[in-house]
Amino acid sequence: MNWFTNLLTSTLGRKLLMALTGLFLILFLVVHLIGNLQLLKHDDGHAFNVYAQFMTSNPLIKIVSYVNYTIILVHILWAIMLTSHNRKARGSEGYAVSKNSSAWTSRNMGILGSIIFIFLVIHLKGFWYEMHWGGIQTVDYEGKTVKNLYLVVAAAYAQFWYAALYVVSMLILGFHLWHGFASSFQTLGLNHPKYNPIIRFVGRAFAIVVPVLFALIPIWMYLNQDIYNK
Amino acid sequence: MKINLKIWRQKNKDTKGSFKSYQLDHVSADMSFLEMLDVLNNDLIHKGEESVAFDHDCREGICGMCSLYINGRPHGPQQTTTCQLHMRTFKDGETIVIEPWRAKAFPVIRDLVVDRTAFDRIQQAGGYVSVNTGGVPDANEIPIAKKVADEAFDSAACIGCGACVAACKNASAMLFVSAKVSQLALLPQGKPERKERVEKMVAQMDEEGFGACTNTGACEAECPKGISLTNIARMNREYFGAITTSYEVKVGGGD
Ligand code: SF4
Ligand code: FES
Repeated sequence: MNWFTNLLTSTLGRKLLMALTGLFLILFLVVHLIGNLQLLKHDDGHAFNVYAQFMTSNPLIKIVSYVNYTIILVHILWAIMLTSHNRKARGSEGYAVSKNSSAWTSRNMGILGSIIFIFLVIHLKGFWYEMHWGGIQTVDYEGKTVKNLYLVVAAAYAQFWYAALYVVSMLILGFHLWHGFASSFQTLGLNHPKYNPIIRFVGRAFAIVVPVLFALIPIWMYLNQDIYNK
Repeated sequence: MKINLKIWRQKNKDTKGSFKSYQLDHVSADMSFLEMLDVLNNDLIHKGEESVAFDHDCREGICGMCSLYINGRPHGPQQTTTCQLHMRTFKDGETIVIEPWRAKAFPVIRDLVVDRTAFDRIQQAGGYVSVNTGGVPDANEIPIAKKVADEAFDSAACIGCGACVAACKNASAMLFVSAKVSQLALLPQGKPERKERVEKMVAQMDEEGFGACTNTGACEAECPKGISLTNIARMNREYFGAITTSYEVKVGGGD
Protein backbone atom coordinates (compact mmCIF):
# COMPACT_ATOMS: atom_id res chain seq x y z
CA MET A 1 0.00 0.00 0.00
CA ASN A 2 3.05 2.23 0.04
CA TRP A 3 2.35 3.39 -3.48
CA PHE A 4 -1.17 4.32 -2.50
CA THR A 5 -0.13 6.62 0.34
CA ASN A 6 2.50 8.06 -1.97
CA LEU A 7 -0.18 8.72 -4.52
CA LEU A 8 -2.42 10.48 -2.03
CA THR A 9 0.28 12.51 -0.32
CA SER A 10 2.28 13.63 -3.35
CA THR A 11 1.50 17.06 -4.72
CA LEU A 12 0.09 15.45 -7.85
CA GLY A 13 -2.03 13.04 -5.88
CA ARG A 14 -3.54 15.78 -3.77
CA LYS A 15 -4.40 17.66 -6.90
CA LEU A 16 -5.95 14.49 -8.24
CA LEU A 17 -8.23 14.34 -5.22
CA MET A 18 -9.19 17.98 -5.66
CA ALA A 19 -10.07 17.33 -9.28
CA LEU A 20 -12.03 14.12 -8.69
CA THR A 21 -14.01 15.51 -5.78
CA GLY A 22 -14.58 18.72 -7.71
CA LEU A 23 -15.98 16.82 -10.68
CA PHE A 24 -18.24 14.81 -8.41
CA LEU A 25 -19.57 17.99 -6.85
CA ILE A 26 -20.20 19.36 -10.33
CA LEU A 27 -22.39 16.33 -11.00
CA PHE A 28 -24.08 16.88 -7.67
CA LEU A 29 -24.88 20.46 -8.66
CA VAL A 30 -26.73 19.19 -11.72
CA VAL A 31 -28.86 16.79 -9.69
CA HIS A 32 -29.51 19.44 -7.07
CA LEU A 33 -30.50 21.94 -9.73
CA ILE A 34 -32.94 19.61 -11.43
CA GLY A 35 -34.63 19.08 -8.08
CA ASN A 36 -34.76 22.76 -7.26
CA LEU A 37 -36.26 23.69 -10.59
CA GLN A 38 -39.44 21.97 -9.36
CA LEU A 39 -39.90 25.09 -7.24
CA LEU A 40 -40.73 27.05 -10.35
CA LYS A 41 -43.83 24.95 -10.95
CA HIS A 42 -46.92 26.61 -9.65
CA ASP A 43 -48.31 23.51 -7.97
CA ASP A 44 -48.10 24.65 -4.36
CA GLY A 45 -44.92 22.71 -3.94
CA HIS A 46 -46.27 19.27 -4.78
CA ALA A 47 -43.46 18.22 -7.11
CA PHE A 48 -40.77 19.79 -4.94
CA ASN A 49 -42.01 18.24 -1.71
CA VAL A 50 -42.24 14.81 -3.26
CA TYR A 51 -38.71 15.24 -4.59
CA ALA A 52 -37.39 16.45 -1.21
CA GLN A 53 -39.06 13.54 0.56
CA PHE A 54 -37.55 11.10 -1.92
CA MET A 55 -34.09 12.59 -1.52
CA THR A 56 -34.20 12.25 2.27
CA SER A 57 -35.79 8.82 2.56
CA ASN A 58 -34.65 6.63 -0.34
CA PRO A 59 -31.95 4.29 1.04
CA LEU A 60 -29.83 4.41 -2.09
CA ILE A 61 -29.92 8.20 -2.14
CA LYS A 62 -29.01 8.10 1.56
CA ILE A 63 -25.79 6.28 0.73
CA VAL A 64 -25.05 8.67 -2.10
CA SER A 65 -25.64 11.62 0.20
CA TYR A 66 -23.14 10.29 2.74
CA VAL A 67 -20.64 9.90 -0.07
CA ASN A 68 -21.45 13.46 -1.03
CA TYR A 69 -20.83 14.82 2.48
CA THR A 70 -17.52 13.00 2.58
CA ILE A 71 -16.53 14.37 -0.79
CA ILE A 72 -17.35 17.92 0.23
CA LEU A 73 -15.20 17.45 3.33
CA VAL A 74 -12.30 15.97 1.35
CA HIS A 75 -12.52 18.80 -1.17
CA ILE A 76 -12.31 21.36 1.64
CA LEU A 77 -9.65 19.60 3.72
CA TRP A 78 -7.40 18.91 0.76
CA ALA A 79 -7.78 22.48 -0.40
CA ILE A 80 -6.61 23.69 3.00
CA MET A 81 -3.72 21.22 2.93
CA LEU A 82 -2.65 22.23 -0.56
CA THR A 83 -2.95 25.92 0.17
CA SER A 84 -0.80 25.73 3.27
CA HIS A 85 1.75 23.59 1.40
CA ASN A 86 1.85 26.11 -1.43
CA ARG A 87 2.19 29.04 0.96
CA LYS A 88 5.21 27.36 2.50
CA ALA A 89 6.70 26.65 -0.90
CA ARG A 90 6.52 30.34 -1.75
CA GLY A 91 8.97 31.06 1.05
CA SER A 92 9.02 33.74 3.71
CA GLU A 93 10.17 36.67 1.60
CA GLY A 94 7.65 37.87 -0.96
CA TYR A 95 8.08 40.03 -4.05
CA ALA A 96 8.05 43.78 -3.58
CA VAL A 97 6.58 44.27 -7.04
CA SER A 98 4.53 41.61 -8.75
CA LYS A 99 2.44 41.68 -11.91
CA ASN A 100 -0.06 38.94 -12.52
CA SER A 101 -0.03 37.01 -15.72
CA SER A 102 -2.83 34.63 -14.80
CA ALA A 103 -6.60 34.81 -14.57
CA TRP A 104 -8.16 36.29 -11.44
CA THR A 105 -10.40 33.30 -10.78
CA SER A 106 -7.52 30.86 -10.98
CA ARG A 107 -5.57 32.75 -8.34
CA ASN A 108 -8.48 33.12 -5.95
CA MET A 109 -10.02 29.67 -5.81
CA GLY A 110 -9.33 29.50 -2.08
CA ILE A 111 -11.16 32.74 -1.32
CA LEU A 112 -14.03 31.85 -3.63
CA GLY A 113 -14.23 28.41 -2.07
CA SER A 114 -14.24 29.86 1.45
CA ILE A 115 -17.17 32.12 0.59
CA ILE A 116 -19.01 29.16 -0.90
CA PHE A 117 -18.32 27.27 2.32
CA ILE A 118 -19.88 30.04 4.42
CA PHE A 119 -22.86 30.00 2.10
CA LEU A 120 -23.04 26.23 2.43
CA VAL A 121 -23.24 26.45 6.21
CA ILE A 122 -26.09 28.97 6.07
CA HIS A 123 -27.76 26.96 3.34
CA LEU A 124 -27.54 23.67 5.21
CA LYS A 125 -28.78 25.26 8.41
CA GLY A 126 -31.70 26.87 6.61
CA PHE A 127 -33.01 23.91 4.64
CA TRP A 128 -31.10 20.69 5.11
CA TYR A 129 -31.12 20.88 8.91
CA GLU A 130 -34.77 21.96 8.95
CA MET A 131 -35.71 19.11 6.66
CA HIS A 132 -33.97 16.53 8.83
CA TRP A 133 -34.44 17.76 12.36
CA GLY A 134 -36.49 20.93 12.26
CA GLY A 135 -40.20 21.08 13.09
CA ILE A 136 -41.66 21.28 9.63
CA GLN A 137 -45.35 21.27 8.78
CA THR A 138 -46.52 18.24 6.84
CA VAL A 139 -48.81 17.95 3.91
CA ASP A 140 -50.80 14.99 2.52
CA TYR A 141 -50.52 13.89 -1.08
CA GLU A 142 -52.79 10.98 -2.02
CA GLY A 143 -52.65 9.62 1.49
CA LYS A 144 -48.90 10.04 1.85
CA THR A 145 -47.66 12.46 4.45
CA VAL A 146 -44.56 14.42 3.44
CA LYS A 147 -42.77 17.35 5.03
CA ASN A 148 -43.64 20.65 3.43
CA LEU A 149 -40.14 21.95 2.74
CA TYR A 150 -41.67 24.11 0.07
CA LEU A 151 -43.18 26.38 2.74
CA VAL A 152 -39.78 26.83 4.37
CA VAL A 153 -38.19 27.76 1.05
CA ALA A 154 -40.96 30.14 0.09
CA ALA A 155 -40.75 31.88 3.46
CA ALA A 156 -36.99 32.17 3.19
CA TYR A 157 -36.99 33.65 -0.30
CA ALA A 158 -39.66 36.13 0.65
CA GLN A 159 -36.93 37.94 2.59
CA PHE A 160 -34.93 40.21 0.37
CA TRP A 161 -31.59 39.63 2.09
CA TYR A 162 -31.97 35.89 2.01
CA ALA A 163 -32.73 35.89 -1.69
CA ALA A 164 -29.89 38.34 -2.32
CA LEU A 165 -27.45 36.15 -0.40
CA TYR A 166 -28.35 33.28 -2.68
CA VAL A 167 -27.88 35.29 -5.82
CA VAL A 168 -24.49 36.61 -4.72
CA SER A 169 -23.38 33.14 -3.64
CA MET A 170 -24.30 31.75 -7.02
CA LEU A 171 -22.20 34.45 -8.66
CA ILE A 172 -19.26 33.35 -6.54
CA LEU A 173 -19.98 29.72 -7.40
CA GLY A 174 -19.91 30.69 -11.06
CA PHE A 175 -16.41 32.15 -10.70
CA HIS A 176 -15.28 29.06 -8.83
CA LEU A 177 -16.58 26.84 -11.61
CA TRP A 178 -15.16 29.09 -14.32
CA HIS A 179 -11.72 27.95 -13.31
CA GLY A 180 -12.54 24.68 -11.59
CA PHE A 181 -14.32 22.84 -14.37
CA ALA A 182 -11.61 22.93 -17.02
CA SER A 183 -8.88 22.88 -14.40
CA SER A 184 -9.96 19.49 -13.10
CA PHE A 185 -9.61 18.02 -16.58
CA GLN A 186 -6.13 19.48 -16.89
CA THR A 187 -5.18 17.97 -13.53
CA LEU A 188 -6.50 14.56 -14.54
CA GLY A 189 -4.28 14.81 -17.58
CA LEU A 190 -7.28 14.94 -19.91
CA ASN A 191 -5.77 17.44 -22.25
CA HIS A 192 -5.82 16.93 -25.96
CA PRO A 193 -5.95 19.46 -28.78
CA LYS A 194 -9.02 17.71 -30.16
CA TYR A 195 -11.00 18.01 -26.95
CA ASN A 196 -9.57 21.07 -25.21
CA PRO A 197 -11.90 23.54 -26.94
CA ILE A 198 -14.93 21.42 -26.03
CA ILE A 199 -13.86 21.10 -22.40
CA ARG A 200 -13.24 24.81 -22.18
CA PHE A 201 -16.56 25.64 -23.79
CA VAL A 202 -18.60 23.23 -21.71
CA GLY A 203 -16.81 24.40 -18.57
CA ARG A 204 -17.59 28.04 -19.20
CA ALA A 205 -21.14 27.36 -20.29
CA PHE A 206 -21.64 25.28 -17.15
CA ALA A 207 -20.16 28.03 -14.98
CA ILE A 208 -22.73 30.46 -16.36
CA VAL A 209 -25.86 28.38 -16.94
CA VAL A 210 -25.97 26.38 -13.70
CA PRO A 211 -25.44 29.28 -11.25
CA VAL A 212 -27.84 31.45 -13.26
CA LEU A 213 -30.56 28.81 -13.08
CA PHE A 214 -29.92 28.34 -9.36
CA ALA A 215 -30.09 32.09 -8.80
CA LEU A 216 -33.24 32.39 -10.85
CA ILE A 217 -35.20 30.43 -8.27
CA PRO A 218 -34.85 32.87 -5.33
CA ILE A 219 -35.28 35.81 -7.69
CA TRP A 220 -38.42 34.35 -9.18
CA MET A 221 -39.87 33.37 -5.83
CA TYR A 222 -39.09 36.76 -4.33
CA LEU A 223 -40.79 38.56 -7.18
CA ASN A 224 -43.85 36.30 -7.19
CA GLN A 225 -44.59 36.20 -3.53
CA ASP A 226 -48.31 36.50 -4.17
CA ILE A 227 -48.19 33.06 -5.75
CA TYR A 228 -45.73 31.46 -3.36
CA ASN A 229 -46.86 32.81 -0.01
CA LYS A 230 -50.60 32.67 -0.11
CA MET B 1 18.95 57.15 -21.34
CA LYS B 2 18.71 57.56 -17.59
CA ILE B 3 17.69 54.61 -15.48
CA ASN B 4 16.91 54.35 -11.78
CA LEU B 5 17.43 50.98 -10.23
CA LYS B 6 16.09 49.41 -7.06
CA ILE B 7 18.09 46.26 -6.51
CA TRP B 8 17.78 43.59 -3.84
CA ARG B 9 21.07 43.35 -1.95
CA GLN B 10 21.76 40.48 0.40
CA LYS B 11 25.15 39.43 1.73
CA ASN B 12 24.48 35.72 2.01
CA LYS B 13 21.90 33.07 2.74
CA ASP B 14 21.69 33.85 6.42
CA THR B 15 21.55 37.63 6.47
CA LYS B 16 18.51 39.72 5.76
CA GLY B 17 18.51 41.61 2.51
CA SER B 18 17.05 44.94 1.48
CA PHE B 19 16.61 47.16 -1.54
CA LYS B 20 19.25 49.68 -2.55
CA SER B 21 18.76 52.42 -5.10
CA TYR B 22 21.21 53.22 -7.87
CA GLN B 23 21.21 55.61 -10.77
CA LEU B 24 22.72 55.19 -14.20
CA ASP B 25 22.96 58.29 -16.37
CA HIS B 26 24.32 56.92 -19.62
CA VAL B 27 22.54 53.79 -20.61
CA SER B 28 22.36 52.89 -24.28
CA ALA B 29 19.02 51.66 -25.54
CA ASP B 30 20.90 48.94 -27.41
CA MET B 31 22.42 47.45 -24.29
CA SER B 32 21.11 44.17 -23.05
CA PHE B 33 19.76 44.18 -19.53
CA LEU B 34 22.80 42.31 -18.27
CA GLU B 35 25.17 44.75 -20.00
CA MET B 36 23.39 47.53 -18.15
CA LEU B 37 24.12 45.69 -14.90
CA ASP B 38 27.74 45.24 -16.01
CA VAL B 39 28.00 49.01 -16.36
CA LEU B 40 26.54 49.46 -12.91
CA ASN B 41 29.00 46.96 -11.46
CA ASN B 42 31.89 48.74 -13.14
CA ASP B 43 30.81 51.97 -11.48
CA LEU B 44 30.47 50.25 -8.13
CA ILE B 45 33.91 48.68 -8.36
CA HIS B 46 35.46 52.03 -9.29
CA LYS B 47 33.82 53.53 -6.26
CA GLY B 48 35.14 50.72 -4.13
CA GLU B 49 31.70 49.27 -3.41
CA GLU B 50 30.55 45.67 -3.64
CA SER B 51 29.31 44.76 -7.11
CA VAL B 52 25.86 43.26 -7.56
CA ALA B 53 25.92 39.49 -7.92
CA PHE B 54 23.66 38.05 -10.64
CA ASP B 55 23.63 34.85 -12.64
CA HIS B 56 24.50 34.68 -16.31
CA ASP B 57 26.46 32.58 -18.70
CA CYS B 58 25.74 32.23 -22.42
CA ARG B 59 23.99 35.58 -22.80
CA GLU B 60 22.29 34.25 -25.89
CA GLY B 61 19.17 32.79 -24.39
CA ILE B 62 20.11 29.12 -24.39
CA CYS B 63 21.74 28.19 -21.11
CA GLY B 64 19.09 29.17 -18.56
CA MET B 65 21.55 30.73 -16.15
CA CYS B 66 20.21 34.28 -16.15
CA SER B 67 17.24 35.05 -13.97
CA LEU B 68 16.00 38.27 -12.25
CA TYR B 69 12.49 39.32 -11.35
CA ILE B 70 12.24 42.63 -13.18
CA ASN B 71 9.42 45.06 -12.44
CA GLY B 72 7.23 42.29 -11.12
CA ARG B 73 7.85 39.72 -13.84
CA PRO B 74 10.45 37.00 -14.27
CA HIS B 75 12.88 37.90 -17.09
CA GLY B 76 11.18 41.29 -17.32
CA PRO B 77 8.32 42.58 -19.44
CA GLN B 78 8.99 40.43 -22.50
CA GLN B 79 8.72 36.70 -22.92
CA THR B 80 12.47 36.23 -23.33
CA THR B 81 15.39 35.52 -21.09
CA THR B 82 16.89 38.46 -19.22
CA CYS B 83 20.03 38.25 -21.33
CA GLN B 84 17.91 38.77 -24.44
CA LEU B 85 16.07 41.72 -22.95
CA HIS B 86 17.20 45.12 -24.18
CA MET B 87 17.10 48.50 -22.53
CA ARG B 88 14.96 49.88 -25.34
CA THR B 89 12.09 48.03 -23.68
CA PHE B 90 12.25 50.59 -20.87
CA LYS B 91 11.47 54.28 -20.80
CA ASP B 92 14.00 57.02 -20.20
CA GLY B 93 14.04 57.85 -16.51
CA GLU B 94 12.15 54.69 -15.57
CA THR B 95 12.67 53.05 -12.19
CA ILE B 96 13.37 49.36 -12.52
CA VAL B 97 12.91 47.06 -9.53
CA ILE B 98 15.10 43.97 -9.64
CA GLU B 99 14.51 41.07 -7.27
CA PRO B 100 15.80 37.50 -7.10
CA TRP B 101 13.55 34.49 -7.79
CA ARG B 102 11.50 33.86 -4.68
CA ALA B 103 10.78 30.31 -3.60
CA LYS B 104 11.60 28.21 -0.59
CA ALA B 105 13.34 25.70 -2.85
CA PHE B 106 15.42 28.51 -4.43
CA PRO B 107 17.18 30.16 -1.48
CA VAL B 108 19.00 33.42 -2.17
CA ILE B 109 22.76 32.91 -2.03
CA ARG B 110 23.77 36.48 -2.60
CA ASP B 111 22.04 39.57 -4.01
CA LEU B 112 20.16 38.34 -7.07
CA VAL B 113 21.69 34.88 -7.21
CA VAL B 114 19.53 31.99 -6.05
CA ASP B 115 20.44 28.35 -5.57
CA ARG B 116 18.70 26.39 -8.31
CA THR B 117 20.41 23.06 -7.69
CA ALA B 118 17.00 21.66 -6.73
CA PHE B 119 16.39 21.46 -10.50
CA ASP B 120 19.61 19.51 -10.94
CA ARG B 121 18.57 17.02 -8.30
CA ILE B 122 15.20 16.54 -9.98
CA GLN B 123 16.98 15.90 -13.27
CA GLN B 124 19.36 13.47 -11.64
CA ALA B 125 16.43 11.58 -10.15
CA GLY B 126 15.24 10.47 -13.55
CA GLY B 127 15.56 13.02 -16.31
CA TYR B 128 17.80 10.89 -18.48
CA VAL B 129 17.86 7.80 -20.65
CA SER B 130 20.26 5.01 -19.83
CA VAL B 131 22.38 4.06 -22.81
CA ASN B 132 24.22 0.78 -22.97
CA THR B 133 27.73 0.71 -24.29
CA GLY B 134 28.37 -0.93 -27.62
CA GLY B 135 28.25 0.10 -31.23
CA VAL B 136 26.70 3.46 -32.03
CA PRO B 137 23.11 2.87 -33.17
CA ASP B 138 22.10 4.36 -36.49
CA ALA B 139 20.44 7.73 -35.96
CA ASN B 140 17.42 6.90 -38.07
CA GLU B 141 16.98 3.34 -36.92
CA ILE B 142 13.76 4.03 -35.02
CA PRO B 143 11.07 5.84 -36.98
CA ILE B 144 9.45 8.70 -35.06
CA ALA B 145 6.42 10.56 -36.35
CA LYS B 146 7.27 14.13 -37.27
CA LYS B 147 4.60 15.57 -35.00
CA VAL B 148 5.80 13.55 -32.06
CA ALA B 149 9.39 14.55 -32.70
CA ASP B 150 8.30 18.20 -32.89
CA GLU B 151 6.35 17.94 -29.67
CA ALA B 152 9.30 16.34 -27.89
CA PHE B 153 11.54 19.04 -29.28
CA ASP B 154 9.24 21.78 -28.00
CA SER B 155 9.40 20.25 -24.53
CA ALA B 156 13.15 19.89 -24.79
CA ALA B 157 13.41 23.64 -25.37
CA CYS B 158 13.15 24.17 -21.59
CA ILE B 159 16.41 25.70 -20.40
CA GLY B 160 15.78 25.13 -16.69
CA CYS B 161 15.83 28.82 -15.81
CA GLY B 162 13.19 28.58 -13.10
CA ALA B 163 11.04 31.48 -14.27
CA CYS B 164 8.04 29.19 -14.00
CA VAL B 165 8.70 28.70 -10.29
CA ALA B 166 9.33 32.41 -9.82
CA ALA B 167 6.08 33.36 -11.54
CA CYS B 168 3.89 30.78 -9.86
CA LYS B 169 1.92 31.85 -6.81
CA ASN B 170 2.49 28.33 -5.48
CA ALA B 171 6.18 28.21 -6.38
CA SER B 172 5.38 25.09 -8.32
CA ALA B 173 8.06 23.53 -10.51
CA MET B 174 5.61 21.52 -12.54
CA LEU B 175 6.18 23.27 -15.84
CA PHE B 176 9.89 22.51 -15.64
CA VAL B 177 9.47 18.94 -14.43
CA SER B 178 6.73 18.21 -16.94
CA ALA B 179 8.86 19.49 -19.80
CA LYS B 180 11.67 17.21 -18.72
CA VAL B 181 9.31 14.27 -18.29
CA SER B 182 7.63 14.95 -21.62
CA GLN B 183 10.69 15.28 -23.82
CA LEU B 184 11.64 11.71 -22.96
CA ALA B 185 8.21 10.15 -22.48
CA LEU B 186 7.26 11.10 -26.02
CA LEU B 187 10.20 9.38 -27.66
CA PRO B 188 10.82 5.65 -28.08
CA GLN B 189 14.24 5.98 -26.46
CA GLY B 190 12.58 7.23 -23.29
CA LYS B 191 9.95 4.51 -23.08
CA PRO B 192 11.82 1.81 -21.13
CA GLU B 193 12.32 4.05 -18.09
CA ARG B 194 9.13 5.98 -18.55
CA LYS B 195 7.23 5.00 -15.41
CA GLU B 196 10.21 4.96 -13.13
CA ARG B 197 11.28 8.36 -14.41
CA VAL B 198 8.08 10.23 -13.69
CA GLU B 199 7.65 8.67 -10.26
CA LYS B 200 11.17 9.51 -9.21
CA MET B 201 11.16 13.02 -10.62
CA VAL B 202 7.84 13.91 -9.00
CA ALA B 203 9.03 12.44 -5.70
CA GLN B 204 12.18 14.54 -5.90
CA MET B 205 10.19 17.63 -6.84
CA ASP B 206 8.06 17.19 -3.72
CA GLU B 207 11.13 16.47 -1.64
CA GLU B 208 12.63 19.81 -2.68
CA GLY B 209 9.58 21.62 -1.34
CA PHE B 210 8.08 23.03 -4.53
CA GLY B 211 4.37 23.81 -4.48
CA ALA B 212 1.46 22.09 -6.16
CA CYS B 213 0.12 23.41 -9.44
CA THR B 214 -3.31 25.04 -9.38
CA ASN B 215 -3.46 25.58 -13.13
CA THR B 216 -3.23 29.35 -13.05
CA GLY B 217 -1.08 29.35 -16.17
CA ALA B 218 1.30 32.06 -14.93
CA CYS B 219 4.27 29.79 -15.74
CA GLU B 220 3.23 29.30 -19.34
CA ALA B 221 2.73 33.05 -19.73
CA GLU B 222 6.21 33.80 -18.39
CA CYS B 223 8.29 30.91 -19.74
CA PRO B 224 10.91 32.33 -22.12
CA LYS B 225 10.83 29.13 -24.14
CA GLY B 226 7.07 28.85 -24.60
CA ILE B 227 6.71 25.57 -22.70
CA SER B 228 2.97 24.90 -22.57
CA LEU B 229 0.63 23.63 -19.87
CA THR B 230 -0.02 20.61 -22.07
CA ASN B 231 3.20 19.25 -20.62
CA ILE B 232 1.80 19.40 -17.10
CA ALA B 233 -1.30 17.48 -18.15
CA ARG B 234 0.98 14.92 -19.77
CA MET B 235 3.07 14.60 -16.65
CA ASN B 236 -0.08 14.10 -14.56
CA ARG B 237 -1.19 11.37 -16.96
CA GLU B 238 2.21 9.75 -16.91
CA TYR B 239 2.37 9.92 -13.14
CA PHE B 240 -1.08 8.54 -12.38
CA GLY B 241 -0.57 5.84 -14.97
CA ALA B 242 2.84 4.95 -13.61
CA ILE B 243 2.01 4.92 -9.93
CA THR B 244 -1.07 2.77 -10.38
CA THR B 245 0.57 0.22 -12.68
CA SER B 246 4.30 0.16 -12.03
CA TYR B 247 5.85 -2.60 -9.97
CA GLU B 248 9.53 -2.09 -10.50
CA VAL B 249 10.11 1.02 -8.50
CA LYS B 250 9.79 2.24 -4.97
CA VAL B 251 9.03 5.92 -4.84
CA GLY B 252 11.01 8.32 -2.70
CA GLY B 253 14.27 6.37 -2.72
CA GLY B 254 15.29 3.70 -0.19
CA ASP B 255 12.45 1.45 0.79
S1 SF4 C 1 9.67 25.57 -18.23
FE1 SF4 C 1 10.25 27.56 -19.09
S2 SF4 C 1 10.32 28.91 -17.30
FE2 SF4 C 1 10.39 26.83 -16.52
S3 SF4 C 1 12.53 26.31 -16.31
FE3 SF4 C 1 11.91 25.61 -18.36
S4 SF4 C 1 12.36 27.32 -19.72
FE4 SF4 C 1 12.43 28.17 -17.63
S1 FES D 1 22.58 33.85 -19.87
FE1 FES D 1 22.20 31.98 -20.87
S2 FES D 1 20.07 32.09 -21.14
FE2 FES D 1 20.48 34.07 -20.36
